[in-house]
Amino acid sequence: MCCRGCQAVAAAIVENGLEAYYSNRTEMPHSGQEVLPQDIRKLALYDHPEIQRSFVIDAGEHAREAVLILEGITCAACVWLNERHLRQLGGVLEVDVNYASHRARVKWDQRQIQLSDILREIQLLGYNAHPYSARQADELRRKRKKTDLQRLAIAGIAAAQVMMLAVALYAGGWYGIEPATQRLLRWFSLILTIPVATYAAVPFYRSAISGLRSGHLNMDVPVALAILSAFGGSVWVTVLGGTQVYFDTIAMFTLFLLATRMLETGAQEKSIESAENLLKLQPAMAMRVRGEQQDYVPVLELVTGDIILAKPGETIAADGEIMEGQSGVNESLLTGESRPVAKTVGSKVIAGSVNQDGPLLVRVTGTGEQTVLAGIVRLVDKAQAEKPRIAQLADRVAAWFTLVILVFAVLVYAGWWYVDNGRAFEVVLSVLVVTCPCALSLAVPAAIAASGSHLIRHGILVMRGNALESLSHVTHVVFDKTGTLSVGEPAIVDIRPAAGASEEDCLRLAASLERNSEHPLAHAFLTRAGRMPLLEVTQPVNHPGQGIQANIDGVLYRLGSAEFAGVDRLPAGGQTGEAGMSAVWLSRDGQSLAEFVLSDPLRPDAAQAIEALVERGIGVSILSGDSIEAVGHAAGRLGIAEWRARQTPESKLAALREWQAAGRVVAMVGDGINDAPVLAGAQVSFAMGTGTDVASQTSDIVLLSSRLADVAVALDTGRSTHTVMRQNLAWAIVYNLIALPFAAMGFVSPWVAALGMSISSLIVVLNALRLR
Amino acid sequence: MTTKTLLFLLGMTSLFILLLVLGVFWAIRSGQFDDLEGPAQRILMDEDDPMLPGNQQKNSADRKPES
Repeated sequence: MCCRGCQAVAAAIVENGLEAYYSNRTEMPHSGQEVLPQDIRKLALYDHPEIQRSFVIDAGEHAREAVLILEGITCAACVWLNERHLRQLGGVLEVDVNYASHRARVKWDQRQIQLSDILREIQLLGYNAHPYSARQADELRRKRKKTDLQRLAIAGIAAAQVMMLAVALYAGGWYGIEPATQRLLRWFSLILTIPVATYAAVPFYRSAISGLRSGHLNMDVPVALAILSAFGGSVWVTVLGGTQVYFDTIAMFTLFLLATRMLETGAQEKSIESAENLLKLQPAMAMRVRGEQQDYVPVLELVTGDIILAKPGETIAADGEIMEGQSGVNESLLTGESRPVAKTVGSKVIAGSVNQDGPLLVRVTGTGEQTVLAGIVRLVDKAQAEKPRIAQLADRVAAWFTLVILVFAVLVYAGWWYVDNGRAFEVVLSVLVVTCPCALSLAVPAAIAASGSHLIRHGILVMRGNALESLSHVTHVVFDKTGTLSVGEPAIVDIRPAAGASEEDCLRLAASLERNSEHPLAHAFLTRAGRMPLLEVTQPVNHPGQGIQANIDGVLYRLGSAEFAGVDRLPAGGQTGEAGMSAVWLSRDGQSLAEFVLSDPLRPDAAQAIEALVERGIGVSILSGDSIEAVGHAAGRLGIAEWRARQTPESKLAALREWQAAGRVVAMVGDGINDAPVLAGAQVSFAMGTGTDVASQTSDIVLLSSRLADVAVALDTGRSTHTVMRQNLAWAIVYNLIALPFAAMGFVSPWVAALGMSISSLIVVLNALRLR
Repeated sequence: MTTKTLLFLLGMTSLFILLLVLGVFWAIRSGQFDDLEGPAQRILMDEDDPMLPGNQQKNSADRKPES
C-alpha cells in the first residue's frame, strides 16, 4: 500500500466482499484517497435542502433521486464496484451507472440514508462523486436523441414491412398480378409509408428549408426533394393507377440516411459529454464572506461582486479576482500544467482550479455559464457542428448536381411528352430516383462516422471533422517536449548527497518531510521513496513558495530552495538551474545534507511512437520552450535530428510557418496553453488528454489515453478515410453519370432505378464500414 | 378468397406493427438506449460470485471467519 488512502480503499473493498473487482478490472484506476474529517463535514452540506434544490428530484414521499458524476471510472469493473457497493447500502433504492457517460443515477430513501453518506461511500472506494445538475443544453440533447431514435425506429419498422410488400409487387410486375391485389398492397404500403414521410424524414425537410432560406442548396434539398417527389408520385399512382410505386425506396432511403447520421452524432456527443463532465467538476458550494459572517452557500446563489473564501486544497468555485492573500493555484484543468501558478492580489483565478498553499479572498466576476470553463465547453459544442471541407465540397457538388438534375428532368419530361406522353411521368421518375444524390451525400458522412468510431475506440477523439481529411496529407509531425514527449510531472533524476551522508537516508528524510506537503514536487519524493518506511516528524511548517521544515528526533530539518535550506550551492552541482530541471536542498541545522535534482522524464512509449512515424516516412521535430540541454538530451535519446529549444509561443509559430512555407503539411502535438498558437497554426493539431486538460478540447484531435503511439494510428486512419472518401465519391459520380443517360432514354424502369440507387448507396456505406 | 386471406394477413401485420412500434417507443422512452456499452460489460460480472455479500452470508456457515 502506498498510503493510508489505498489501504482504506482496499479494506473497504475486501470488507464488503467485493474482491471480484480485482479479477475483473481491466485497467488500473487512479489511486484512492483519504477521506479527511473536513471533507466529511463538507459532504454533510450536500444534505442541506437549500443546496439539494439544484440537483435533487423528489421521486416519491421519502425517495430522492440525483445524478452523480463519477470521477476516476476507468473500466467496467469500476462501474460494477460502485453499483454493487451502493446497492448494498441500506436505504439506497436504485443505482444505475452509465458506462459511457460516467454518470450514476441514484435513488434513495432519505429516512434511512443521506446523500452525504452515499458520497462518502463512493469516496471511500477511491472515486470522486459530484452531484450533477443537468444543463439545459444537455437536457435538450437527450430529448433530441430520443426523438432521433424514434424516427429511426419508425423508418426501420416501415422499411422492413414495405420491402416485403414490395417483393410481392415486383414479383407481380414480372409474373402478373390481379389489379385488386396490387391496389390493396399499394394502399397498405402507402399507409405504412405515411409515418416515414411525415415523421421520420422531418429533419431532412427542416434542414432543406433552412438551407433554402439562407440561400443555398444544401445536401438535404435533394434528399427532401427525392423523398417528397417519390412519395407524391407514388401516392398519385396508388390513387389514380399507374405502373410503379416507390414506397420501399422512400422507407429505405430514409432509414439509411437516419442511421448514418445517428452514427455521426453519436461520436460527437461522446466528446461533448466528456467535456461537460469537466464543467461539472466545479464545486457546488462556496464559502461566502459577508462582513464578519462566513457561510457555505450553493454556487448557484453566488452573484458577481460576492466575496468568496477559497481555503488551501479547495477548488475555486467561480471566476474571480484575488482581493487578499497569495497562493499557488493549480490550473491544470485548463493548461495541463501541473505546476501551480503563483497568484497574488489582483490576479485572476478561474473556476475549477485548485488553490494550493494559502487562503484566498476572491471577488466573483463570473459564475455558472459565464465562466471561462463553460465558454470552452460551448466552443467544443460549436466545433462539433463544423463540417469537413470535403463534405462541404460534396454538398456543393450535390447542390449543383440537383440543379442540373432538375433542369434535366424538365427537359426529359418535355422530350418524352413530345415522343410518347404516356411514359413521360415514369421516365422522369426514373431519372429522379436513379440520380438521387443519395450515394453522393452519404459518401463522406458514412466514412467519417465509421472512422470516428474506429478512432474513439482507440481513445482518439476527433474534435473537428476537417482534421480527418487533413491527416492524410501530413508529411511532418512536430512535438512539444514538456508534457507531450515527457510526462509533465517532475521525478527525481539525481540525488547528490554531501560527503558522509547516504543517498537512502537523505531520501528517507526528505520524503518524511514532504509527506505533509501538498506541493507537486512532494509527490516526486514520495514516489521515489516507494515503500521505504518513513520517519515520524513533529512541528511541520509549510513555507509557501520556499519549502518545508520539521523536527525529526528533535533535530530541525529544512527542505526547499538553497536560500531556505540555508546552504551554499554545492560546488559539484552542474547545470541544475535550467528550466525543466529543478534542484531542492535538504539541510540539518543549516548544514547541507543533499541536493535533489528533479526533472521531467520522457514518456515510456515516446521512442516507439517516433520510430513508427519515421517508418511511415514522416518527418519529426521538436519545438520546445525548454533549455537547449534538456531538449538536446531528449532529442538525442529519441533520435530526432531537428529540434529547437528556448522557443516562445511566437517563435514556435514562426518556425511552423517556415516549415509550412517549405511545403510541409505539419501536424502539431502539444499539451498546454503555451502551445495554443502553434496548435491553431498547424494543419492538424493533437492534444494530450492527460487528466483534465480542457485546453486540449480546442485542438483538432485529443489523445484521451495520452499514448504517443496513437498519433501514428490516427495518421493511418486519416489516410484510409481519405482513400475511402475518394472511392465513395468517385463511385457515386461514375454511377450517376452512367445511370442518367440510360434512365433519360427510358431504358431503366423505375424499380430498377430504385434498386440501382439503393445498391449504389449500400456500396458506399459498406465501403465506409471497412474503416471500422 | 385470396383477397380475403390477404386482408386477414395484412390486418395481423398491422396489429404486430402496432405492438412493435409501441414496444420500441417504450424501450426508447424508458432509457434502454441511453447506455449501449454498460449492459454488455455487466453481463460478465457474476451475480452468484461467492464474494458478494449476500452470497457470503449464505456460505458463512461453512466458511472460517477471516483474520
